[in-house]
Amino acid sequence: MLQSLTLTMTFRESASVPLTNLGPGESGTIDHISLPPADQQFLMRVGFVPGVHVRFSRRAPLGDPSVYSVDGTEIALRAETASRIMVRRGWISPLGDLP
Amino acid sequence: MNCHSSESAVTTLGELPERSGREIRTVALIGPPNSGKSTLFNRLTRLRQKVGNYPGVTVEQRVGLLAGAGHEIRIVDLPGVYSLTPYSDDERVAVDVLTGKMDGLPRPDAVLLVLDVTHLSRHLVLAKPVIALGLPTLVLLNMADVFAKGGGSLDVLKLAAELGAPVAMVSATLGTGLDAVDRFLRQDHDRRPDALLPVIPVINDLPQCRKWASQVGRRIDYRQHLPSVWSRRLDDIFLHKLWGPLIFVVVVGAVFQTVFGLGQPLSTAFQDLLTKLGQQAAPLLPDGILRSLVLDGLWKGVSSVLVFLPQILLLFFFIGLLEDSGYLARAALIADRTMRSVGLNGKAFIPLLSAYACAVPAIMATRTIENKRDRIATILVAPFMTCSARLPIYTLLIAAFIPNRPVVGVLLGARACAMLSLYVLGFLAAIVTAKLLKSSVLKSSAAPFVLELPDYRWPTWHSIGLRLFDRAKIFLRQAGTYILAVSLLVWVLTHLPLHNGHAPQLEQSAIAHLGHGIEPLIRPLGFNWKIGVGLLTSVIAREVIVGTLGTIYGTAPATHSMTLQNALSQDLTFAGAMALLVFFAFAMQCTSTLAIVRRETNSWKWPALQFAYMTVVAYAAAFAVNQLLSALLK
Repeated sequence: MLQSLTLTMTFRESASVPLTNLGPGESGTIDHISLPPADQQFLMRVGFVPGVHVRFSRRAPLGDPSVYSVDGTEIALRAETASRIMVRRGWISPLGDLP
Repeated sequence: MNCHSSESAVTTLGELPERSGREIRTVALIGPPNSGKSTLFNRLTRLRQKVGNYPGVTVEQRVGLLAGAGHEIRIVDLPGVYSLTPYSDDERVAVDVLTGKMDGLPRPDAVLLVLDVTHLSRHLVLAKPVIALGLPTLVLLNMADVFAKGGGSLDVLKLAAELGAPVAMVSATLGTGLDAVDRFLRQDHDRRPDALLPVIPVINDLPQCRKWASQVGRRIDYRQHLPSVWSRRLDDIFLHKLWGPLIFVVVVGAVFQTVFGLGQPLSTAFQDLLTKLGQQAAPLLPDGILRSLVLDGLWKGVSSVLVFLPQILLLFFFIGLLEDSGYLARAALIADRTMRSVGLNGKAFIPLLSAYACAVPAIMATRTIENKRDRIATILVAPFMTCSARLPIYTLLIAAFIPNRPVVGVLLGARACAMLSLYVLGFLAAIVTAKLLKSSVLKSSAAPFVLELPDYRWPTWHSIGLRLFDRAKIFLRQAGTYILAVSLLVWVLTHLPLHNGHAPQLEQSAIAHLGHGIEPLIRPLGFNWKIGVGLLTSVIAREVIVGTLGTIYGTAPATHSMTLQNALSQDLTFAGAMALLVFFAFAMQCTSTLAIVRRETNSWKWPALQFAYMTVVAYAAAFAVNQLLSALLK
């Protein structure tokens, strides 16, 4: 039991990658945001809530910021911010996000 | 925040309680940013509104009267907020107004909550705390047209039951569904006893709220509309690696070409019209001091600022076009990489660019910058950009002192070169100041830069027209008041002391004495008292100095037969003239800008700081230029 729990946790840890790691068209589910609480709140308000599905949409012509699709909205973030948003690849959505 | 706390009666639009209660007098309009709240507010009030600021903060206060209501109903447009947790000034203001703690505003009797139905899962989060306030609330699901077109659907009655508040589908841009607002406000609403009101929760657990929103979404059969395929396709072009920046440059270039190409002749025509109006009015006033006060003092001062109105309106028209079509956000996205290097963000680009025409619309356009510090930094550096009011004095001095000879073959003459350097100088001053500000007083709390890219839309004349009207009104009222005051002051100084009841020659006037008074201060810059007088009168607007110098040199016996250009080239040294150019590149000689900065920052602190800083920089730079050139040319 304990072993399987540790296993799951290791799996979760290793599976969570920075949002910047997603390639064009790739998507994932937000796991957590490693930024100060105020910034977390700010990002959550515009849609980057843990559990929500997010897709890499495109890069700005000059390479940064990048545009992400979250909640059907296109939102641009700089790499410095996106690299702090940790996502798990794929469609698992504990919030039961609306498809 | 616990999202499941509020318990209010379940009502739908058809079955509102028909009890005789309080009549609705004040309604609050609340919604998240980008929910179309302002468009709706303009629709509902048909522009019968008052714009101001909430006390102590840079949050705009808009209060309007509901159009077509039987009795007077006031609508208060609250700032766009995602939640009622008081994190920012915007949220604090929203909470204070809703709870009746805002000075000068009664507690609203009812609430109109605007949510963008195409982003319901995100926007629904705001519904709970607002409805929990216990005020009669009507939920307006905006963008119903886009939602339906994209194949989205939901069960409105079920949502009303979930929220315990009536719900209506509306489109603020098309003006559909708004009769629900009338019906809602005409009904008498009973206020629940205050004891039953739930306290606004301070802890805000957003993931929890989102979970609730998702569950509600499923229960009301919410079907997301398909994201606009067209928008994605257009983005493939407008944000293309190669075409994106290219189109960006073309769009920006075209806007400026039009603002200058169309704006200058319009301004000239407007100027002629204003002068003619003044001349026509002249016989209506008795000859003497009153006519001089009204025409030479007030009318001249006011028209010197009014002439910028065509340009300002043109700029606002284009900014409105860019904003409403959705391209403004794309431009900000493209510009962000570059703007970041000076400590600002992409949203500052278009405002700063507009400042090349006039700082006033530029400063008003900074409202799209959510980060308060970034916004103030942008406001503070905008007046360094070479605006069109600087051109008259630039062209005059350059023509008088710079010989017309080629520098780079036939391509670039010395005069064009001088003009170009002045543009570069202003730009550099803006960048250095931005860097300085962002590394000191306005060191950002480094709030993440977030830029929403809305779907592309056809701008409507209605919305752009409303905005033009609104901005023109603000400019005329705010700038007008201060311009009148400063013009009056300058007039009084030029007409005192009276000699036998007549105004003195300019050389004997109080302002000439002031000019002589500051001469020791400005002599190190290479300026004489006449330039000093010009500097004093041009606090109204930069180009006023040309008129003042014209009067002074035109009445002086030694120079009265010369053109102003010749007179200046005799009276000023080359070093002094260059110093004057540099002085005007940096100095804050513009009452309208100061008035607008005061309005937009809601304090005297920033315009005062800006004026002091720019004057000091201008003085130091002019001093350096004069001393250096004088030494070199000896």
